[in-house]
Amino acid sequence: MNFLARHRIILPVVSLAVLLAATFYMQPRTMSYFGLNLLFNLAVPIALATVAQMMIIMVNDIDLSLGAFVSLAACVTATFVNDTPVLGLLILLALVLSYAALGALIHALELPAIVVTLGMSFVWGGLALFILPSPGGQSPEWLRALMTVKPPFAPMAVVAAVIISVVTHLLIVRSGIGTVLRGVGGNARSVARAGWSVIWLKALAYGLAGLFGVLAGMALVGLATSADANIALRYTLLSIAGVILGGGEFTGGKVSPTGAVIGALTLTLAASFLSFMRLSPDWQIGAQGAILILVLTARLIFSRKGAAT
Amino acid sequence: MTPLNLLAKPWIWSWLAASAAFGLTLGLTSGRGAGELAYAALSFGAFAAIVGLGQMLVITLGPGNVDLSIPATMTLAATLALKAMSSNPGTAFLGLGIALGVGVAAGLANYALIFLLRLPPIIATLAASLVYQSFAIWSNRGLRIKPPAGLADFATGRFLGLPNVAWVGLALAIVVWVVLERTVWGRMLLATGQNLRVARLAGVPVELVRATTYVLVAVFASLAGYLLASFSGGAALNMGAEYLLMSIAVVVIGGTSIAGGNSNVPGVWGAALFMFLVVSMLNSYGAGAGVRNVLTGTIIIAIVIAASTRRVRA
Repeated sequence: MNFLARHRIILPVVSLAVLLAATFYMQPRTMSYFGLNLLFNLAVPIALATVAQMMIIMVNDIDLSLGAFVSLAACVTATFVNDTPVLGLLILLALVLSYAALGALIHALELPAIVVTLGMSFVWGGLALFILPSPGGQSPEWLRALMTVKPPFAPMAVVAAVIISVVTHLLIVRSGIGTVLRGVGGNARSVARAGWSVIWLKALAYGLAGLFGVLAGMALVGLATSADANIALRYTLLSIAGVILGGGEFTGGKVSPTGAVIGALTLTLAASFLSFMRLSPDWQIGAQGAILILVLTARLIFSRKGAAT
Repeated sequence: MTPLNLLAKPWIWSWLAASAAFGLTLGLTSGRGAGELAYAALSFGAFAAIVGLGQMLVITLGPGNVDLSIPATMTLAATLALKAMSSNPGTAFLGLGIALGVGVAAGLANYALIFLLRLPPIIATLAASLVYQSFAIWSNRGLRIKPPAGLADFATGRFLGLPNVAWVGLALAIVVWVVLERTVWGRMLLATGQNLRVARLAGVPVELVRATTYVLVAVFASLAGYLLASFSGGAALNMGAEYLLMSIAVVVIGGTSIAGGNSNVPGVWGAALFMFLVVSMLNSYGAGAGVRNVLTGTIIIAIVIAASTRRVRA
């Protein structure tokens, strides 16, 4: 096994570093506390959503409802959590539990996750519309304060990204239960033979995804100060792309939490980088697609080289 | 064929669901407006059916195969076609040619990413769709060009009492059905979806089959985009948005196996009608947008659960 194959994390790190260097070169003023904060501000909710998606991909499923779910969590945060905190937090807890129940249902009835989550995206979206028919609501004060806090040395967004990746790394890569969870993606049958209840493990993975999805919605409201029912719909595709950029694979439980966070940072940075390039806004979406393709091409070239030696 | 045999057909469920929604809507008006409702369902269902047929072929290729670039391809094909026609009479076929050309190009590009870069199709079509979307934004620039009058009349017109777009959708469905059931290529597609390795060892040119399938789905999407833009009086940048989820939903509700290797053409049409009828049913019962979405989602999941328990028993 070669060096790169063993350390899947190298390539995401290098992609981010190259993009960051290019951004600094284009716009040296971003090389500051304030500049970095601006660059990565919106990365926090995307990183949380990417980690949520990673939990689902870890057990060989895919979640097409994540964007709608994050939007719903944002709507609940901007209304109930702000007005009646206890009821609001109970609703968010119920959302996390319903995600866990969904995981158990998908496993018990052997349903295709892609279709069930597709159906759920209508449900979450409908509930969000029900709560906030028009954009509005308000971020709770404490959440706003938390998201705009200015820690010493490094901006909030960077500190938050490090905390998220360390916590999820400990949970998924280092802990015993994390190893078993990845085992469900690798070989569910052997995990079951080893005496684990796969249905509980799936519920746990989905529950964790729900938890991180809720956190993503709360972080988003803290930044945006208000919410609407469609605020995070693009997170579904962004989060899938982030997991893959971070070195994860769709099958086999091969995921990397740190990589997922880095993938989310790379995607966020790509958007800022393109606006520094003075690229016409028409092409920004397309260039984001092109960057995605480029990074994945680089990965292919390196893994081929690894296979050849 | 006995009624019990009929119930075992996977496509029957989407038709039963569509009839139930139809009946419940008419129950409210005590039968008035049945013709109009059926006509509207056939018109709007046709677009969902056309993109659904394409998505069905891709999903038949097996797990992990899905085309997420359908909305972007629809929008790009419609935008470029309408721009080329620039409302001039007699240019309908020029526009059609351009739309289909866009479809072929998008399909080839998607497949090139999947094959050359070994990307999972979800990521490849997602990344490619961002690029197509940019092309559409760049070429559209907020203009709203009307389709040529003749073409608009065709897209909104009727023949023998049925909407013309529904005829197009029906004809395509029959072609796809015959191709799947009666041609070598169709059998190769099903074999590839059932087991790629076995199909390759048996001498099926699997990569060629996959390439043609990805081109076909993009061509179907571009045709749907061309018709939809002519039907609704112009292309809009968000015109394809709802067809991403719709295309996957109609395939699955229609009884096609998400695991691949098992297509179901009649079910796609039933599901396409159902998706329109359920929304109009909830509308006529006065449900707001939120309630409507929640119920639509619940019904989709309920159908998937019903279909899966039936499979286990059989």
